[in-house]
Amino acid sequence: MTSAADDTGLPRVKLDYLPALLVPGLMIVAAPLIGSGSTWATLTVAGLAMGMMIFIIASGLTLVFGLMDVLNFGHGAFISIGAYLALIVVVPLAPWFAADSLPLNLAGLLLAILVAMAGSGALGYAFERVLIMPVYGQHLKQILITMGGLIVAEQMIHVVWGAQQVAMPLPTAFRGAITFGDIAVEKYRLIAVCIGLVVFGAMFLVLNRTKIGLLIRAGVENGEMVEALGYRIRRLFVGVFVAGSALAGLGGVMWAFYRETLTANIGGEVMIMVFIVIIIGGLGSVGGCFLGALLVALTANYTAFLAPKVALGSNILLMVLVLMWRPMGLYPVAKR
Amino acid sequence: MADPILRLEGVHTHIGQYHILQGVDFEVPRGELTVLLGRNGAGKTTTLRTIMGLWKPSRGRVVFDGQDIGGRDTPDIAQGGIAYVPEAMGIFADLTVRENMILAARDGAPDQARLDWIFSFFPALKKFWSLAAGHLSGGQKQMLSIARAVVEPRRLILIDEPTKGIAPAIIENMIRAFQDLKRSDTTILLVEQNFRFASMLGDGVVVMDDGRIVHRDRMAALAGDPAAQTRLLGLSLDAHQ
Repeated sequence: MTSAADDTGLPRVKLDYLPALLVPGLMIVAAPLIGSGSTWATLTVAGLAMGMMIFIIASGLTLVFGLMDVLNFGHGAFISIGAYLALIVVVPLAPWFAADSLPLNLAGLLLAILVAMAGSGALGYAFERVLIMPVYGQHLKQILITMGGLIVAEQMIHVVWGAQQVAMPLPTAFRGAITFGDIAVEKYRLIAVCIGLVVFGAMFLVLNRTKIGLLIRAGVENGEMVEALGYRIRRLFVGVFVAGSALAGLGGVMWAFYRETLTANIGGEVMIMVFIVIIIGGLGSVGGCFLGALLVALTANYTAFLAPKVALGSNILLMVLVLMWRPMGLYPVAKR
Repeated sequence: MADPILRLEGVHTHIGQYHILQGVDFEVPRGELTVLLGRNGAGKTTTLRTIMGLWKPSRGRVVFDGQDIGGRDTPDIAQGGIAYVPEAMGIFADLTVRENMILAARDGAPDQARLDWIFSFFPALKKFWSLAAGHLSGGQKQMLSIARAVVEPRRLILIDEPTKGIAPAIIENMIRAFQDLKRSDTTILLVEQNFRFASMLGDGVVVMDDGRIVHRDRMAALAGDPAAQTRLLGLSLDAHQ
């Protein structure tokens, strides 16, 4: 029974700030363990840059999980395809990337990103129509068919671009580091942080300030009710899937430049981290995904420096600890 | 009796291997409030969900304003002018009250005069306008669920057990709101277990049992017949007073 007294005052809403404190908390804890301030700063900036790239890749996947209830194990295909599509720009425009000119380098990078996003978004559309649509609501089939899609995509890359490793050199202006005293920060990592923040800001604005964003958030909670209000959630599904695929393509380009090499399984390699990120963040939560990506990347960097032997398992341990504290992730979406 | 805005003709609905609706026939007269009564598991909620397209009928016709909507998708049915208040309320807990109302107003921003009319019955919604709906009490969530259905004029409103677990003070406000809606010629199909509430509002009544309609009457006639109440519903109005 609801008491009429409930209406007498505003309910006390607790702001859930604890998960957001984990990132600065981790940085503070790591500082004395690492000892050297400059090493700590370098590792932290590198971790933040890596986290931003993982966030770009993972943000689309978490929305696909949350909104469509689709277990897409083929997300890595969009990362790989995006990175390879960038070659369409990088190879013929190699003089732009090699030139010692920031405007030319930036123009080349933006063009590569646009081609990668458009291509992986289009592939995402076909993937959803052909592979995902017949298996809505059937999780086991989703896992099998999307993993199959990933294998086919990787083999297609071998057919078109060959099986050998491809070099993906950084544009000249993004090479090297900026130094602040003893602290050296690689320029490309700063660019990755900036692009990550732009993507996060854009997603935040779209999700919170537009009706499409409201529909996506509502659909993550209760898709049936969104339909009962008169909206076609299937169209929303397709839009989110295409946007998620395009973001994975963007992440693929960023990741490939980060590694400076490219192989067909570049997407598959990063997917374990991506899954850990979206589980830690709470399935369907973009904010949780952002925090999760930063935590995973910082943990990986710090442990690789402090205890290289446990670095491989550090993210699994992080996930276990987070799920012991919050079994539904840092910021669980209401229905889950 | 007014002409029917909704007519179900021999509707069968299967959910998986279960045959839930087994030839449901009834009419909802235009501008009236029709109450759908029945014991738990009689098929009342399935009937509303079938009308709304959330379950597809395996046989029969669902005729809304002269058109068979039986095979249509839920968004088409909603856009045709039917609003739905589910038993579980279906509010979006992570969205604010305001955002819930914005989504319900398909044709743009909610009309301020309409909002003021809603606030006159459910003042808590105005008070908690910017609060995440998940923080509302159960009664306030029910207010929001009903408010969403009436934020724009609809030709038919389907409401599933709005009084379930709700405080008497809020139920009184609901009664006033539904009476006002009836005066504005809105047609309502109400599933309800609270017979007192149903008898105060209902013009017509349809009783279901085991997936079939077992009784149709004017509400005043059933309310004045304790023997029929006991036979059909296992209760009498006196027991609820």
